[in-house]
Amino acid sequence: MNMRAVIKGNSEQVEVTCQSRSLWSDALSRLLRQKAAVLGLIIVLALIASAIFAPFIAPYDPEKGKLSDRLQPPSAEHWLGTDSQGRDILSRIIYGSRISIQVGVITVGISLVIGTFLGAVSGYFGGILDLLVMRFIDIMMAFPYILLAIAITAVLGPSLINAMIAIGIVGIPIYARVVRGAVLSVKENEYIDAAKAVGCTNGQIIWRHVLPNCIAPIIVQATLGIGTAILDAAGLSFLGLGAKPPKPEWGLMLNQGKDALQTAPWTVMFPGLAILLVVLGFNLLGDGLRDALDPKLKD
Amino acid sequence: MLNYILRRLLMIIPVLIGVSILAFLLIHLIPGNPAVAMLGERATPEQIARLEEELGLNDPLYVQYGRFMARVLQGDFGRSIHTHSPVLWEMSMRFPATIELTVAAMIIAVVIGMGAGIISAVKPYSIFDYSFMGSALIGVSMPIFWLGLMLIYLFGVKLGWLPPSGRLSIGVELETVTNIYVLDAIITGNWVALKDALRHLFMPALALGTIPMAMIARMTRSSMLEVMRQDFVRTARAKGLPEKIVIFKHALQNAFLPVLTVIGLQFGYLLGGAVMTEWIFAWPGIGRWMFLAISSRDFPIVQGGILLIAMVFVFVNLLVDVLYSYVDPRIRYD
Repeated sequence: MNMRAVIKGNSEQVEVTCQSRSLWSDALSRLLRQKAAVLGLIIVLALIASAIFAPFIAPYDPEKGKLSDRLQPPSAEHWLGTDSQGRDILSRIIYGSRISIQVGVITVGISLVIGTFLGAVSGYFGGILDLLVMRFIDIMMAFPYILLAIAITAVLGPSLINAMIAIGIVGIPIYARVVRGAVLSVKENEYIDAAKAVGCTNGQIIWRHVLPNCIAPIIVQATLGIGTAILDAAGLSFLGLGAKPPKPEWGLMLNQGKDALQTAPWTVMFPGLAILLVVLGFNLLGDGLRDALDPKLKD
Repeated sequence: MLNYILRRLLMIIPVLIGVSILAFLLIHLIPGNPAVAMLGERATPEQIARLEEELGLNDPLYVQYGRFMARVLQGDFGRSIHTHSPVLWEMSMRFPATIELTVAAMIIAVVIGMGAGIISAVKPYSIFDYSFMGSALIGVSMPIFWLGLMLIYLFGVKLGWLPPSGRLSIGVELETVTNIYVLDAIITGNWVALKDALRHLFMPALALGTIPMAMIARMTRSSMLEVMRQDFVRTARAKGLPEKIVIFKHALQNAFLPVLTVIGLQFGYLLGGAVMTEWIFAWPGIGRWMFLAISSRDFPIVQGGILLIAMVFVFVNLLVDVLYSYVDPRIRYD
């Protein structure tokens, strides 16, 4: 939208035309000016494209291999080599991106929904509710993160779904804290008083007025959280508590490849590089989003 | 100072009670009958009934929790269902190995991380800054279980420089005093064992220290950059102080608190969260012990171990808070 303003002085008339831009277009242009964030965005987009187009770009079936082709080194036929079952590692990495996205989205979804609810309610209502919720968060944070995730997965039974639930649960405190902090500052604004004055219910105020104004830190945390969730889920699968064979999950691929480390290091090297690259992509994008959405935070 | 410590000690009591409730409830999250889950599907009804009786699973939850807490307050954190050894004893046997690994990882992380952060802050936007901060970004994204395997492949298999697992080579003898082998070797003057223990320690400590190292480097850089823009640093330079004094005495001292926060938090996490590193390098610490207990569904160990580790974690955080108030006395009066 363009705005025109005519400023009249004593002797001259100046016409100023300025383009009004939304917070989001401003943030996007700031994001695209950061080379590291653009690199992160490219990596994330490549991951999404690889997940969507896996059946078209993967050269082989990810779950079936020929035993005669087992532990083949990288070659023109198998670019990243084959594993101990004779399966093509590149195809498994490409299909593995589907699992990674699924893990990232579901895990962050669990943490985000519960954490945002707890943080919003705690920050908005304050008082005894805030005290109770925050002490509960303190208690959860008293457990070492990965150990708690391992214990919950073990108790629920080893599977990828349970690993996602466990990582989702241990991620709740971070979101609750971030959202509570944001809500505490937003609820002091005059438009919240105005909403109360016109008779909006607390639920309406939180949903329509408070949360939309806390969205920036939530987006940043979620972006960084997806990378961490993928890393943790791969860790649980590596320990045998997550995905089960023959799924092409990257952590599980490392677990299966480690026994052949001496003779076929590529079975470990490439799945690990895939995890590193994707986590790096989300971290770069998350850092970039933080700087773009809140330039004050940039050092 | 004493008042501050007492106040902080009182504040952790509700957290510890909550931690005990969560650890207690963990065993009750098991779908179906926990006794069957622990003994396996082949267990006879008599065995299941005996274990249910032993663990008191037939009583109401609040009775079970009361009994659990009464035991914990007497220092009884439960017994392994496989070895029947007390959890506290089993943990005390493994804790020194974890302390040794964690301290070594933190030393590597602090020395390299702070060094890289300081150089980056002193020469911002230089080739050093870009390389260190690029490496730090890769470091925080690193799957350490993968890094561990790669280190074993490179230094253990390919180059053959370092032993790939364990704490001491077969044939090397060491009289244990504290069970922290490096310390024991120094105390007893056993230099052969010291060299061997250090060679075993290096790879796991490097793998475990990578993420804290990257975080410390990033935090040191940003904290130093902020301090170095301030007037007192300009004044120190203007009055002709040598650059080394300006950086280490004026800037670093004032930039240290946020770095200490990262160090403290990471130290606590490493003490309890070294599961993957200990597993990869067959390091006989509490992380590996907990993982083995989880794999064999020895839930009393998981329950007691988690509670103990969380308590250690809470006290390490308390120690860090007290350390803050020593470094920055203003905190005591907040």
